[in-house]
Amino acid sequence: MSYRSIVMVKQVPDTANISGEVMRPDGTVNRAKLPAIFNPEDKVALELALRVKEKYGGKVTAITMGPPKASEVLRESLYMGADEVYLISDRKFAGADTLATSYVLSEAIKKIGEYDLIFAGRQAIDGDTAQVGPQTAEKLGIPQVTYVEEIQNISKNKIRVRRRIDGGYEILECQLPILMTVIKEAAEPRPFRATKVMAYKNAKSLLELEKMAETNSLFYIDNLKEEYISNGLYIPTLTMEELQLDPARCGIIGSPTKVLKVESVVLAGGEHEIIEPTKKGISQLIDKLREDRIFG
Amino acid sequence: MKKNNEVWVFIEQHDGKAADVSFELLSKGRKLAQSLNGKLKAVIIGHKIKELAKETFRYGAVEALVIDHPDLEYYQTLAYSKIINDLVTQYQPRIVLFGATFVGRDLAPRIASYTKSGLTADCTDLQISDVTYLRKEYKNLLLQIRPAFGGNIIATIISPDSLVQMATVREGVMERIPLETPVNGKIVEIPFEPDDALKLVKVIERHREEKKVNLKAAPIIVAGGYGMGSKEGFQLLYELADVIGGEVAGSRAAVDAGFISPDRQVGQTGVTVRPKLYIACGISGAIQHRAGMQESQKIIAINIDPEAPIFDICHYGIVGDVKEVIPTFIEIYKHKLR
Repeated sequence: MSYRSIVMVKQVPDTANISGEVMRPDGTVNRAKLPAIFNPEDKVALELALRVKEKYGGKVTAITMGPPKASEVLRESLYMGADEVYLISDRKFAGADTLATSYVLSEAIKKIGEYDLIFAGRQAIDGDTAQVGPQTAEKLGIPQVTYVEEIQNISKNKIRVRRRIDGGYEILECQLPILMTVIKEAAEPRPFRATKVMAYKNAKSLLELEKMAETNSLFYIDNLKEEYISNGLYIPTLTMEELQLDPARCGIIGSPTKVLKVESVVLAGGEHEIIEPTKKGISQLIDKLREDRIFG
Repeated sequence: MKKNNEVWVFIEQHDGKAADVSFELLSKGRKLAQSLNGKLKAVIIGHKIKELAKETFRYGAVEALVIDHPDLEYYQTLAYSKIINDLVTQYQPRIVLFGATFVGRDLAPRIASYTKSGLTADCTDLQISDVTYLRKEYKNLLLQIRPAFGGNIIATIISPDSLVQMATVREGVMERIPLETPVNGKIVEIPFEPDDALKLVKVIERHREEKKVNLKAAPIIVAGGYGMGSKEGFQLLYELADVIGGEVAGSRAAVDAGFISPDRQVGQTGVTVRPKLYIACGISGAIQHRAGMQESQKIIAINIDPEAPIFDICHYGIVGDVKEVIPTFIEIYKHKLR
């Protein structure tokens, strides 16, 4: 028995490595300057899906919703071994919160077709909400298992997984189809395969081809697209129209949560006592803490 | 649609005992309900949970919605979310709060999706206020405040057109404040019909231990950041904690790097602590971290970088190498207090 997996991946700003040049003088982050990376736990999710395919057979499809440049994580999914990828992209998706995002993703999944397993990372590092997985499962009307740390086995239409809970773990047996969100401890993602990198480094989405056509008058978009499809280098792109989505449920309009305001963090003035890193300094500090009755 | 001003708190229970965060949320929910001039209600799902229901009255719940059934003893996504989906749809509370725990983070998004409600994760503050948004006036909205985007900004999120506003909050963020006299509350039992459609996921085995580390109760916390360099580097912190009688904690960067286990993480996505003394070693002091420790009575910061933001909120700052400062500290402390 083989299993069809869909993996939801996301391109995220690398919030873990905010360097000096990314900071504006007023202390805010210049988002455009941050390097964009494959969300780490989504890569783990892809790894698990690939292992399921290797063990039981089947197919792995990676999908992402994002701007045209998010195609990069789809190429990287191909480098790791995904069989097919879809970019879900439309200007009208911009500003989506988790509810609007899960609406678009769930509709895209329905359009892509039959599936047994849906994988995603537990959460994306740019928001840490962990909401899109469960919300997508709810919209698809299927169960979910969050915090998956191990897939133990799959037989017929049942999967047995181990998930983390507060202070321990649970082993669950679930009817397929199911959506799982996985934690980073679940697996070490494989490196890109050189042969796959060579094969897919020129894979392009429709939006990227359109950009090529715009900047070079020798290219016609229809010919380009045909050429890329026949070479197996075309990344299919699903737009709002293609998915026949309700515009009122997409992007910022379809998002119930709104950002009322953002404030740069104002530090509290910085009134503190400087302690010298010497024996004398530290000795005086310990005396002060004893006076304050914190020590002793 | 009828509008009411009810504030609901989902009470997370394990073996009939409520999670700390649930009482913390009731304490905050009480204030929110006062501002809204509405009722605070507790939603409790489980088995043999009457006693627990009464406990919520100590935190100001005027009504406990109790769904008690042997099948519901342990948390399961489908059954629990079905119950709350139905209740929220029927009663349309103005606000629903969940702990940002393994359970809450599994449950809340499912309910927000079903009821198409706005949901904000990991809030560090909640307030009620009138708001003007896109030139429209809104009365008594829930302001959901959380650090965002690398922690360099504080975002205030609203769900202006959402009938129900939902938020999750980490353990320890809100203070737990019991009432001197409990409210004379009412228990409302709500029936549950088991359904095979809710049993697509079966628990084969469950292993759970009560938390071994209780950072919130520790009077002294020695915390390390990425600047500790390695797991071995953290040994110094355990030595210091051992000598001065404290617990060891870490920043998110230290947890992500594998220097320390996640149950010892302090900050927005970890635990919030208010110890007598917090010693921050090799921690730069991103807002997410500060959100979890800035109410400590005394803060000592030790960092090699004099520009580290942690120095802006500490009481005593030591610019120096932790690997030299800490051993000196231990040596002198032992000498003085042996």
